[in-house]
Amino acid sequence: MEKILEVKDLKVSFQTYGGQVQAVRGVSFDLHKGETLAIVGESGSGKSVTSQTIMKLIPMPPGQITGGQILFNGDDIVPKSEKEMENIRGKEISMIFQDPMTSLNPTMRVGTQIMEVLIKHQNMSKQEAKKRATELLRLVGIPMPEKRVVQYPHEFSGGMRQRAMIAIALAASPKLLIADEPTTALDVTIQAQILDLMKELQNKMDTSIIFITHDLGVVANVADRVAVMYAGQIVEMGTVDEIFYDPRHPYTWGLLASMPSLENDNDAELAAIPGTPPDLTNPPKGDAFAARNQYALAIDFEEEPPMFQISETHFAKTWLLHPDAPQVNPPESVMKRIRKLSSNFEKPVLVKEGK
Amino acid sequence: MAKYIGKRLLYMLISLWLIVTATFFFMRMAPGNPFTSEKQLPPEIEANLNAHYGLDQPWYVQYGEYLLRILKWDFGPSFKYKSQTVNDLISEGFPVSFLLGLEAIFLAVAIGVLLGIIAALKHNKWQDYTAMIVAVLGISVPSFIMASFLQYFLAIKWGIFPVARWEGFMYTVLPALALASTPMAFIARLTRSSMLEVLANDYIKTAKSKGLSSGAITVKHAIRNAMLPVVTYMGPLTASILTGSFVIERIFGLPGLGAHFVTSISNRDYTVIMGVTVFYSILLLVSILLVDIAYGIIDPRIKLAGGKKGE
Ligand SMILES: Nc1ncnc2c1ncn2[C@@H]1O[C@H](COP(=O)(O)OP(=O)(O)OP(=O)(O)O)[C@@H](O)[C@H]1O
Ligand code: SF4
Ligand SMILES: [Mg+2]
Repeated sequence: MEKILEVKDLKVSFQTYGGQVQAVRGVSFDLHKGETLAIVGESGSGKSVTSQTIMKLIPMPPGQITGGQILFNGDDIVPKSEKEMENIRGKEISMIFQDPMTSLNPTMRVGTQIMEVLIKHQNMSKQEAKKRATELLRLVGIPMPEKRVVQYPHEFSGGMRQRAMIAIALAASPKLLIADEPTTALDVTIQAQILDLMKELQNKMDTSIIFITHDLGVVANVADRVAVMYAGQIVEMGTVDEIFYDPRHPYTWGLLASMPSLENDNDAELAAIPGTPPDLTNPPKGDAFAARNQYALAIDFEEEPPMFQISETHFAKTWLLHPDAPQVNPPESVMKRIRKLSSNFEKPVLVKEGK
Repeated sequence: MAKYIGKRLLYMLISLWLIVTATFFFMRMAPGNPFTSEKQLPPEIEANLNAHYGLDQPWYVQYGEYLLRILKWDFGPSFKYKSQTVNDLISEGFPVSFLLGLEAIFLAVAIGVLLGIIAALKHNKWQDYTAMIVAVLGISVPSFIMASFLQYFLAIKWGIFPVARWEGFMYTVLPALALASTPMAFIARLTRSSMLEVLANDYIKTAKSKGLSSGAITVKHAIRNAMLPVVTYMGPLTASILTGSFVIERIFGLPGLGAHFVTSISNRDYTVIMGVTVFYSILLLVSILLVDIAYGIIDPRIKLAGGKKGE
C-alpha cells in the first residue's frame, strides 16, 4: 500500500519559564492511504502536539521542532514556510478538534466557515461555494441544510457542530484527516453517530485518518492500527488485534486493565495506573514509565529501552522483551484476553536504531 | 426588533423623567438664585423678577409647568442672556460640540483599535510595549493637561495648528485630540486584551487549520469578535467625551454647548442648566440604545427581540 505519511524521529519542545518542555521525544510512525491510525495515551503524553506538528499548527515560538522529519507524500514538511503550509492545511491535511462548542467561530455563519475552505482551495465563487457548503452539510447528515447553512454555531447542537466541523475538514477532500479527540466532548449516542459518519466518509473519500483518543474502547471500532504514546514517545504500536490481544508493554497493559468493557465488568477491578506522568522538562534517566511500573527491572532506571519488533507490524519499547529479561505476565484482566497470534515472529527482534 | 425598540424607548422616557425631576429638585436645594450677584438688588425688584419668571410660585406648580414645557421641547428663556432662549443656546452651541465630539470619538476608536490590534499581533514585542506605554500615558494624563501640552507644542512652538477659537477644520484638530487621548488609550488597552483573548480561542486554530493566511484570520475571525467589548464601551465613551468637552471647549475657547453649560452653572442660570442636562441625557440614552442595537448586529448570539429583559 502507498505510504501517505512518514514521521521519522520527530522531536518537539516548548520553551517555557520553567525550562524546555520536551513534549515529543523521537516519535516515528507511518500511515498508508485509506488507513486509520489511532494514537492513545494519557493526558499530556504529546498526542496533540505530535498531530498538530504534522500541520505545523503548534505556536512557534514557544514551540520548536528540534529534530526529525515529517514526510507527506514523500515531501518533508518541517522546512516548509508558512505560505507553503497554507496550501497544505485544509487542502491536503485537515483537522477536527475536541470541543465543537469552541472550535467554530460564534459570530460567523456555519456556511461561511465551510465556504472559506472552498474559496481558498477550490477556487470557487461565492455562489458555487455556498451550494457546495449546503451539499456538504447534507453529506454529514445535517437535516434541512439549506436552512442550516445560514445559521450560526449557537443554533446547532454539539453533535451537529461536530458534523459541521467534519464538513469543514472534508470540504477540500484532504488526503489526511487528523481527528483530535473528536468525540470526547459529546455524549455516548452522539459519539457513536459521529464515529460512524467518519468511517462512512473515509470509505467514500479514501482519506487516511489519524484518530487521537484516550479511550481505548473507541479505538477498536475505528482504527486499523494503534500507537500508544507515553511521555512524548510511542511505546507500543501494532494492529488493533495485536494491541488488544497481544499487548507487550506494561503501559498498554495498564491502559487495557483500566478500560471498562463487557468482559471485565464487575468482578475484575478497574485498575487505574498509579502515579502521574513524568515532568517533561527533565525526563527521567532510563525508561520514563519505570517509576510507575510494578514490573520495572533494575536496568529500567538506568537505560532507556530499545524498540523491539514482535511481528511485521507490532513494535514495543520495553526491556521486558529482551532475551535476558525474566518472564513477566500481565495483570489478570489483561491475561484473559491474550491470544496467540500467528503473525508473530519466533522471538522479538531488536530494532536497529535509525530504522 | 420593533417591539424591542419600543420597550427600550419606554424605559428611556422613564429614565428621562427621573433625570428631569432630580435636576429640578437639586437645583432648588442649591443655595442662591439667578439674581444673586455682587450687588444686592432692591427687594421689590427681586420680587418682580421672581414673579416674571414664575419663581414665586409653589414648587409643585413650577415643577408641573416645567414638565409640560419639556414635553413641548421648550426649555424656556435663559435667566442671564435676556434675549436668548435655552433652545437658541442649544441650537447654536450643539453643532460645534457635536462636530468636536464626533471627531474625538472617531480618533479615539480608529487610533485606539489600531494600536490595540498591533499590540496584540506583536504580543511581547517592541510594538506591543510602545503601544502600551503610549496607552498608559494617555490614561494617566488628564485631558486638560493634554490640551495645554498640545497647545504648547503643536500650536505655539511648531505652529502646525491654531491655538484656539473655531474657524475651520484646522481649529478642530487639537481639541479633538485632547478630548480623545484618554478614551483612545483606554480603547487601545481594551482592544489589545480582547484581541489576545480571541486569538487564543480554538476557532482561530480551526481557521489556521483551514489554510487561511494570518491576515485573513485577523480580519475575518479575530477583529470582529475582539470588537465586542469596544462596542460596549461606546456608551461610556460618549459620556466621557461629553463631560470632557465641558473643560476642553473652555480651554480652546470654542462656542460649544459644553462651554455654555459651565458658564450657566457659575451663573446659576436655572433654565440653561436644566435644559442642557435634559438635552445631554437624551443624547446619552439614545447613544446607549444605538450601542445595544449595534451589539446585537455584531453578535448573533444576542437576540434583541425577546431575550434580554429590562436593561
Ligand atoms: N504551547 C505550549 N507551551 C508549553 N508547553 C506545551 C504547549 N503545548 C503543549 N505543551 C506541553 O506538551 C505536552 C504534551 O501536550 P499535548 O497537548 O500534546 O498532550 P495530549 O496527549 O494531547 O493530552 P490531552 O489528552 O490532555 O489532550 C504537555 O506536557 C504540555 O504541557
Ligand atoms: S522498559 Fe522497564 S520500565 Fe519501561 S515499560 Fe518496560 S519494564 Fe517497564
Ligand atoms: Mg490533546
